[in-house]
Amino acid sequence: MTTNTSQLDEIKSTPWNGGRSPFNVEYGKMMMWFFLLSDAFTFSALLIAYGALRFSSTSWPDPDVVFQSAPGIAHGAPLVFVGIMTFILIMSSVTMVLAVEAGHRKAKAEVAKWMVWTVIGGLAFLGCQAWEWTHLHHEGAWWGHNPFLNEDGTVASTNFTNLFFTITGFHGFHVFSGVVINIIILINVLGGTYERRGHYDMVEKVGLYWHFVDLVWVFVFTFFYLV
Amino acid sequence: MSTQALDHTDVHAHSDHHEHHPETFWSKYVFSMDHKMIAKQFLITGIIMAIIGMVLSVLFRIQLGWPEESFPFLERILGKWAKDGRIDPSFYMSMVTIHGTIMVFFVLTAGLSGTFSNLLIPLQVGARDMASPFINMLSYWFFFTASVIMTYSLMIETGPASGGWTIYPPLSALPKAMPGSGLGMTLWLLSMGLFVASSLMGGINYISTVLNMRTKGMAMTKMPLTIWAFFLTAVLGVLSFPVLLAGVILLIFDRSFGTSFYLSDIYIGGEALPNHGGSPVLFQHLFWFLGHPEVYIIIMPALGITSEIIATNARKPIFGYRAMIMSLIGIAFLSFIVWGHHMFVTGMNPFLGSVFMFTTLIIAVPSAVKTFNYLATLWKGNIQFTPAMMFSMGLVSLFISGGLTGIFLGNAALDINLHDTYFVVAHFHIVMGSSAMFGMFAGVYHWYPKMFGRMMDARLGYFHFWLTFIAVYCVFFPMHFIGLDGVPRRYYAFTSFEFMNEWLVVNQFISIAAIIGSLAQFIFLYNFFRSIFKGEKATQNPWKSNTLEWTTPVEHIHGNWPGEIPSVYRWPYDYSKPGHDEDFIPQTTPYSETISSNIPTDFGIHEEPVKAEEKSN
Repeated sequence: MTTNTSQLDEIKSTPWNGGRSPFNVEYGKMMMWFFLLSDAFTFSALLIAYGALRFSSTSWPDPDVVFQSAPGIAHGAPLVFVGIMTFILIMSSVTMVLAVEAGHRKAKAEVAKWMVWTVIGGLAFLGCQAWEWTHLHHEGAWWGHNPFLNEDGTVASTNFTNLFFTITGFHGFHVFSGVVINIIILINVLGGTYERRGHYDMVEKVGLYWHFVDLVWVFVFTFFYLV
Repeated sequence: MSTQALDHTDVHAHSDHHEHHPETFWSKYVFSMDHKMIAKQFLITGIIMAIIGMVLSVLFRIQLGWPEESFPFLERILGKWAKDGRIDPSFYMSMVTIHGTIMVFFVLTAGLSGTFSNLLIPLQVGARDMASPFINMLSYWFFFTASVIMTYSLMIETGPASGGWTIYPPLSALPKAMPGSGLGMTLWLLSMGLFVASSLMGGINYISTVLNMRTKGMAMTKMPLTIWAFFLTAVLGVLSFPVLLAGVILLIFDRSFGTSFYLSDIYIGGEALPNHGGSPVLFQHLFWFLGHPEVYIIIMPALGITSEIIATNARKPIFGYRAMIMSLIGIAFLSFIVWGHHMFVTGMNPFLGSVFMFTTLIIAVPSAVKTFNYLATLWKGNIQFTPAMMFSMGLVSLFISGGLTGIFLGNAALDINLHDTYFVVAHFHIVMGSSAMFGMFAGVYHWYPKMFGRMMDARLGYFHFWLTFIAVYCVFFPMHFIGLDGVPRRYYAFTSFEFMNEWLVVNQFISIAAIIGSLAQFIFLYNFFRSIFKGEKATQNPWKSNTLEWTTPVEHIHGNWPGEIPSVYRWPYDYSKPGHDEDFIPQTTPYSETISSNIPTDFGIHEEPVKAEEKSN
């Protein structure tokens, strides 16, 4: 073959020319990204439904009145408890980042340590949510029951509590799944699965999911507790 | 079978599923992780679901054609749903609902994309298998479970869901609303929940495979149009099904937990329900945000299959390859911003209606680009009238005649008259129902040799085509006129209203055509199942096609290619290239072997030589 013809047959090795991943990620991480994109649409749809129902109502309960309790504080402390919850969840994201970083260094003991903290953070968040749900339930709030009045003093639609329990419940379900997955990953880390595999990519993939759940909480938090 | 030496150094990052393990019946045919087997599983499950859907349609066509007559054999089949040989009105509603659901989701979404995305994506981009064969297997088994539950719901005491395939509340939200709103609706929701999970797992797999696992040289602009169509279809599915999921979650709470997301001020039997503050239109928004992309999820794979088959069998490059890609992207993008045209008569703000009308009518542009490109590809082609080609051209015909009525319906003012009439039934059955089904048939006839290593009988194929094609037009074309007269869809009997009486004869004609068309499908079934065992043995490249799947051996092997995966040098449409001795040049043929036919554009040089000379002067 002359130089000329081999030039004709040369295949460019640019990212999009095949033979390699254009984004330099392996398939599992890409699938996780697309799953998260999909899940983002689920949450967006739920939050848009929330907006649609809320704005079709003339008035709405005041979150500072509804969510003003914390353990030991009966009332008068709006945002305190949910602030703690949010802080816990964000801290668990930080520990997850540290686990991923330790994974890059292949430091098994450190990955395990930070994964344990992440699991604890997730469980603490779920515990807080359980406390808050129980508290609201004692006040008479549940699906189909809304004891809270609108800001303007009129009787509120049950959709306030319906939406609250459905959407925070759906988010809580995501956190719960995340905790379960994190525990599985932790077991694999301790069992040396990733050490044998030579990389800790799985930690990074579940990390993506965990951060996503965290990010969604920021929106849920904003919509239900702030505005 | 699994003794092939496979290349472990490629990009596929498969660490654990190329090991040699003995194959049992269960691992080969049932819990298979091989994309080719999963494709066949999807196809055969899809065919079974299609038969169920078709039988339902024949049953309600009998009712519509002869509403006053009694058919004792119906009682024998349906039991209490057809007392004295006459179909029960609420079972009629159930049949319409389940027919729609099965055809839209189980046949034309999972059966079509599931089959051909699984079969063709790895084969045409040059990959050993899907990105994650395990998730691919899960995707099938979720779909299978969903199919079983949906079929099972036909057999329960209270009957299956009956609020229409769009399951609008309040019929779907109040278990007491009608017989099918109880357990039937619950099973429908359960089945669709599993279906959404299946579609998501399939979708992320298709996307990752197309993006990550193309063989060397397979640039995005060298991919066959089938792959582009499957890729964009998967993107649509991944982005739109979750919105349905959100809508269904809220619906489940309305049904079982006393919430009022979709309910407000409702009376059942004169009794007021406590629900207040919800909106049934909210559900419609959530549903159609899926529902409209869904119709493109159905038609785009069929269009992709058609592009490939028309180019191959016209022995000509597809006309406007890049325009075809751009129009697919255009359709995919626009499909997300047109859902409101299903809701023009819900009391939507007319200004918003006109925005949706505008975006809807714009979709006619990329659709027309595709149609004209098909026609231009056929123009002066050396057309090979294979059964697959017949069905592809049938698709083009149906896509045009059904697409034209879409322009009527997309018009917010005309829609006031046409909404929920038989005009709509005619429109969508032609443009996405039948034409996607034709795309599916075309794909089956064309890739059958790849799937089963044998050929289907061509003569039976022609017979099947002509009967189906004529039946489809005889069934759906008259419906336009019925619809223009204002006859609403989903009505149980045309004899109940004076003004519909005159359409009874037409209805009988439609029913007879529908029965003939259904019988014609048995020709296909016979041909399909017989050829698996007794068909003529296929050669490696029976249609003289350029794409990569025809470079694999006829016998299926795990990993698709023995030895290394071939590299790709050219686009997939070098048919009848002047200067070459054969009328096709496979993608794997390097340019150095085709010196006599190389032209500057092969190397990305698009300037005409004359102009280049002028510039240098």
